[in-house]
Amino acid sequence: MTSTSDNNATTATGATTVNTGLAQMLKGGVIMDVVTAEQATIAEEAGAVAVMALERVPADIRATGGVSRMSDPDLINGIIDAVSIPVMAKARIGHFVEAQILEHLKVDYIDESEVLSPADYVHHIDKSKFKVPFVCGATNLGEALRRITEGASMIRSKGEAGTGDVSEAMKHIRTINSEIAQLRSMADDELYVAAKELQAPYDLVKKVAQDGRLPVVMFVAGGVATPADAAMMMQMGADGVFVGSGIFKAGNPAARAAAIVKATTYYDDPAVITEVSKGLGEAMVGLNVSDLPAPHRLAERGW
Amino acid sequence: MTPQIGVLALQGAVAEHERALRATGAEVRKVRRPSELEGLDGLVVPGGESTAMARLAAPVHLMPAIRQRLDDGMAVLGTCAGLILAADTVSDAEALKGFERIRGLGVVVRRNAYGSQLNSFEDHLDVDGLDSPLPAVFIRAPIIEDITSADVEVLAESHGNPVAVRQGKILAASFHPELTPDFRLHQLFTDLSSE
Repeated sequence: MTSTSDNNATTATGATTVNTGLAQMLKGGVIMDVVTAEQATIAEEAGAVAVMALERVPADIRATGGVSRMSDPDLINGIIDAVSIPVMAKARIGHFVEAQILEHLKVDYIDESEVLSPADYVHHIDKSKFKVPFVCGATNLGEALRRITEGASMIRSKGEAGTGDVSEAMKHIRTINSEIAQLRSMADDELYVAAKELQAPYDLVKKVAQDGRLPVVMFVAGGVATPADAAMMMQMGADGVFVGSGIFKAGNPAARAAAIVKATTYYDDPAVITEVSKGLGEAMVGLNVSDLPAPHRLAERGW
Repeated sequence: MTPQIGVLALQGAVAEHERALRATGAEVRKVRRPSELEGLDGLVVPGGESTAMARLAAPVHLMPAIRQRLDDGMAVLGTCAGLILAADTVSDAEALKGFERIRGLGVVVRRNAYGSQLNSFEDHLDVDGLDSPLPAVFIRAPIIEDITSADVEVLAESHGNPVAVRQGKILAASFHPELTPDFRLHQLFTDLSSE
């Protein structure tokens, strides 16, 4: 495997300051799924802070079924060449060789993602072995802290990708927020038990209890399809949003992308959110998460 | 009088600058609209994506409003993306074409000049006016390729390139002083804002 950098100091989380720092630079912004260089250009033009390069958006992964893997390197290279903003790409959970390929391609961030089919049902990638940063999904605080322990530099709450149904994204950020609030109210001796129950290292649990937030940036993902969805996630305390199928599965992607970017910046101003919500045309056709049979719920992948 | 300093809050590392500025004794607020510039002694334009910030600023003409306040005596600190937005010239301006920037700093910058995130790095810099090295975090940083005004003073260099510069009321850095607990560059800026 690739070695970690010698000259980049590591922080309390095990990740390097340059890697957690890149996520800090993305805050308040929108990261968009794109499947072609042309879509990547539309995303950058709309004000995206980064793009996620993949072969199929989650809605299509759902529709196609089967095993979903890392994208073709040619596709990722084409997207890297097309834009000046950071490019992220997805590796399967536990697939450290896909991650090695993505690092070799010089993507700016790797998403170890439940949207693809897991390659290992026990272990996640040992992210501390890589110089390139990782973002990982989480449905609750314990899961987020385990990913950070493995070296993730950024967390995204999972939601339910490819549905356009924001209810799971809401559930996950509410869960993480409330678990952090509980830690804040605990006495020192209670934190030892909390660490055991969260299955996360005590030092990290204690840091979260002290700071009242995760030690890395947390974006929200999975089901965000409208400017109002994005603004609601920001009001819930998200550092930013990922929009997957919500943009390029909609009627007018360029207008919707720009509207979601604006709503994310002016998330607390109903006048702006109202204005940008006008005349966007068809939103993506949604799937209600409650109608999905359990094996098709992506958020349950990863642990 | 406590200096009033704003942080441009369209996108990027806003909270980090707020924390640093408060530690230097400034009163701090976020700026997302031209009217919020009123009464400010200084404004920080943070790191983030310059393309996203330029697009968010355009509909409300925030960049020319900042320039107007700068010309009226408000100080500006630009870090990373903020340096790009303050520079007179961006040599690879493709993705910024057609969008207003602040300008006013007589330098030529190139975006992402070190390469991808794998080329991001940390350094310790000798800075004019500081008595010991300043930790500096460079993330997909721009490079100052050229200096086009005799009024630009180079405060620090890394790998042979200028990385911190000052011209009148503009202070700019290609790195991120807000990501370390050493707030001495912010102190210089708060002092500059108070002048």
